[in-house]
Amino acid sequence: MSVPAVTAPVQGAAGFEPAEPQPRSTVGTNLLYAVLRNRKAMVGSLLLLFFTVLAIFPGQIAPDDPQAEIYLPGQSASAHHWFGTTSYGQDVLSQLIWGTRQSLIVAVAAGGLATVLAVLVGVSAAYLGGIADGLLSLVTDVILVIPIFPLIIVIAAYEKNAGLLTLIIVLGALGWSYGARQLRSQALSIRNRDFVEVARVRGERRLYVIVFELLPTMTSLIVASFLGAALYAVLAAAGLQFVGLGDPNAQSWGTMLYWAQNNEALGSGLVYWAIMPGVCVALLGAAFALMNYAFDEISNPALRPIPKLGRRK
Amino acid sequence: MSEREPLLVVRDLSVAYGSDRGTVVAVDHVDFELARGEFLAIVGESGCGKSTLLFALTRLLGPPFSGEIIGGEVLFKGRDMVTLGERQMRSIRWRDMSVVMQSAMNALNPVLTIAAQMRDVCEAHSDMSADEIRRRSEEVLRLVSIDPVHLRSYPHQLSGGMRQRAMIAMALLFTPDLVVMDEPTSALDVVAQRSLIVQIKELQAKLGFAVIFVTHDMSLVSHFSDRLMVMYAGQIAEVGGTRRIFDKPLHPYTSGLLEAFPSIRGPNTRLTGIPGSPPNLARPPAGCRFSPRCPHVTDVCRAHEPQLVDVDGDEVRCVLYNGRAA
Amino acid sequence: MTEPLLRTEGLTRHFGIGGLVSRQTLHAVDDVSFTIGHGEIVALVGESGSGKSTIARLVARVYRPTRGEIYFEGRPVSRLRTRRQRLAYSGDVPMVFQDPYSSINPAYRVSHGIARGIKLHRRELSRAERRREVERVLEAVGLVPGRDIARKFPYELSGGQRQRIGFAQALAFRPKLIIADEPVSMLDVSIRIGILNLMSELREREGVSFLYITHDVASARYISDRVLVMYGAHLVEEGPSEEVLQRPKHPYTQLLLSAVPDPRAELGISDTSDVGEPPKVVDPSEGCRFRARCPYRIATCDTVTPLLRELSAARRVACHVATADDSANDFARLESTHRRAEV
Repeated sequence: MSVPAVTAPVQGAAGFEPAEPQPRSTVGTNLLYAVLRNRKAMVGSLLLLFFTVLAIFPGQIAPDDPQAEIYLPGQSASAHHWFGTTSYGQDVLSQLIWGTRQSLIVAVAAGGLATVLAVLVGVSAAYLGGIADGLLSLVTDVILVIPIFPLIIVIAAYEKNAGLLTLIIVLGALGWSYGARQLRSQALSIRNRDFVEVARVRGERRLYVIVFELLPTMTSLIVASFLGAALYAVLAAAGLQFVGLGDPNAQSWGTMLYWAQNNEALGSGLVYWAIMPGVCVALLGAAFALMNYAFDEISNPALRPIPKLGRRK
Repeated sequence: MSEREPLLVVRDLSVAYGSDRGTVVAVDHVDFELARGEFLAIVGESGCGKSTLLFALTRLLGPPFSGEIIGGEVLFKGRDMVTLGERQMRSIRWRDMSVVMQSAMNALNPVLTIAAQMRDVCEAHSDMSADEIRRRSEEVLRLVSIDPVHLRSYPHQLSGGMRQRAMIAMALLFTPDLVVMDEPTSALDVVAQRSLIVQIKELQAKLGFAVIFVTHDMSLVSHFSDRLMVMYAGQIAEVGGTRRIFDKPLHPYTSGLLEAFPSIRGPNTRLTGIPGSPPNLARPPAGCRFSPRCPHVTDVCRAHEPQLVDVDGDEVRCVLYNGRAA
Repeated sequence: MTEPLLRTEGLTRHFGIGGLVSRQTLHAVDDVSFTIGHGEIVALVGESGSGKSTIARLVARVYRPTRGEIYFEGRPVSRLRTRRQRLAYSGDVPMVFQDPYSSINPAYRVSHGIARGIKLHRRELSRAERRREVERVLEAVGLVPGRDIARKFPYELSGGQRQRIGFAQALAFRPKLIIADEPVSMLDVSIRIGILNLMSELREREGVSFLYITHDVASARYISDRVLVMYGAHLVEEGPSEEVLQRPKHPYTQLLLSAVPDPRAELGISDTSDVGEPPKVVDPSEGCRFRARCPYRIATCDTVTPLLRELSAARRVACHVATADDSANDFARLESTHRRAEV
């Protein structure tokens, strides 16, 4: 055979290299890039950022100590008190701001716990297959089918005034099944991709393949799963506290709703006290939901909106 | 419509779609004609725009096939298909023009029998009675050498080759004037491929329809198509009589492609293929789109994009032939 | 005679299919014996379902054989017990996959898979040496400059380039035999030749043998020294490439060759009216599996399964009718006796 032309550079033919500079390519920055492009993700992350700032610096932002009963009770909205005061003379706005911390912590911690469990169960079931898969799927399905909220109420009632930790554990331990199903499906389809077989054939151990070959390709779905779990945790926690199962002395939106309800705030015309905590829950939930949709779109290009072109002639 | 007039006239057709990288023009100002009963093969590699062109011709663009027609006209039997409404398209679809897709397993409904699917087609495009539908279904299956007893079968019960022939049978339910095929043989093995194409030619001889056959495998159509159109990067690189193109390819890309097929019977010489890759259509290179990979490239090629010129009745888009007048 | 690099004997693989009630056995590979020598490219040709991909996976030890044995450098592969031995084997006999879009992990840079391979199989190398090896193998497969390519992600590369990465990953092990399972069938036509030439070159330069699995007979002729033809889980013909492809003895090989389009030749070879399909071999009976489509069928074909027998030096055919005489079965005869088979 004569001197091979095949060792001549194969890449770099003009027109192949994209004209615009590639973003510094890592998995992380590609995600960032995708997030910035997507409108839902932008709105969602701005909201999230907003609440995070509130949660980190409540002292600097809130005008008053939320527990301080120093004002005239039962005032409606005014310049000094944007959302009025409670029946105990506390500033509603300050309470809202301080309450952010708890809600966010529950969201992240319970959501995180649920996601970790979902990944463990879902991906193992997919990779191990056979009887292991059968058993894990059975457990997943059972938990999925149990009505979660009544179950949580029962468990929390047992606890009597469930503190933050109890709330996180209960929500995390019961909220993983939906994510587990999704992750199992995706893991099953990825598992059949050649690169997994390549890794096995080159001699990698099973655990390595699961953690380092399979999981990194599932990051989008795992993040989306986490956001979904966080959303569910926010709503469930607020709900539990509203019903009275939380610690009534805790500073959170759900407890605010509980106290507002107890004092018939709506009936007394203290509209903001009754409604604003709910609005905050909804906004934080919406932030997670928007980011969830956005991550679905990012991980599955088929869901992205198609830019419309005009007809030109 | 007279016998002499071309069945299909495509003028200046352009198709584009939006993407993260900007607008991509997948089909760039394509012109060609198709006569009645002619077998035209459209050949090219992935990304050349041949499938997009096919979908534009048959008005199948839109999700999941991305793209929009942004210019030009498609005159089928005198009417401009691009401006037709969906209602009017309905009357043309399947009756005058039908489509055979690439993978029968994807195109056929897995939960319906063949008979049911043919019935769907007949009911959608005509008001034939149930009896007439059954008779016609049996007739078309016999045309493609499938025993009509298979009307009762589900797609997965048929072999790959049979499924593909069933798709062709469906396409012939109304004896259309034009059948457009998108790589109908790529999922089949070599023996089945051969027999399918032979079958198509026989049907063509018997029923007189024209065929547009899109494929990436030139050698497949070398003995069967009347004319061959080679596409590259959304444009027509060369179009002309099939035998002529194989005997004396004009465009360097065409010769490169021909060289890239190892021969079974001829001498076993070392081949080189074509180095590099097709261009990024969001940012096509200035000048001739093939210039980065062309062994005969000159500075003129990189500066000006060549137009299609006539060479003895065929057309080619290459600076090498710019000197010749029509 | 020196021991061949790889030798299989009676290699068989069956799969159980169907439910509890109607259990059937799918014969993917039946009694296949062949050898591959040092620095040799052997093509395994057949249609989908013929068993060729299963053979690839048997040799790669993804599947265990139901019966039969594989000998690598004289030692039986089924006796590999320790992790170390199995690792050594997978380093000596790596596989390159068909789909370049699915065989590289999209989450990592291209160097990752190659570096892992080196880490597992050539532990003695230091970090810096590993990096240099990655660059070396990338350049050895034509991806230049290696340092730049190593930092890219798969989505930045074309299909042809990705397939070269597949070969680079295999080369990183310093293999003796590379199993290439349809390495070019998903690539554009103009890119295929580059990859085929690469395989040829790697054999010249690095002395690597190849088991090249394909359904494309022309590409088999282009690079391989010997050709094995499979049909219905059996090996039906074997011999030097030019020999087998110019003077095929088995009726299936003849049919296959007559169906391959060759634009440079005149049309005239039978416009084959064979509408048969390769069989799915489930609970098969005795007898030749090609008999339904064979124009030379005789009574024995229905009852006795033909075994591979030597027709001449290095030429084996599994057919009762084939003879060593070259004038006996050839294209003209095939043309005149082919008949239409109703399905």
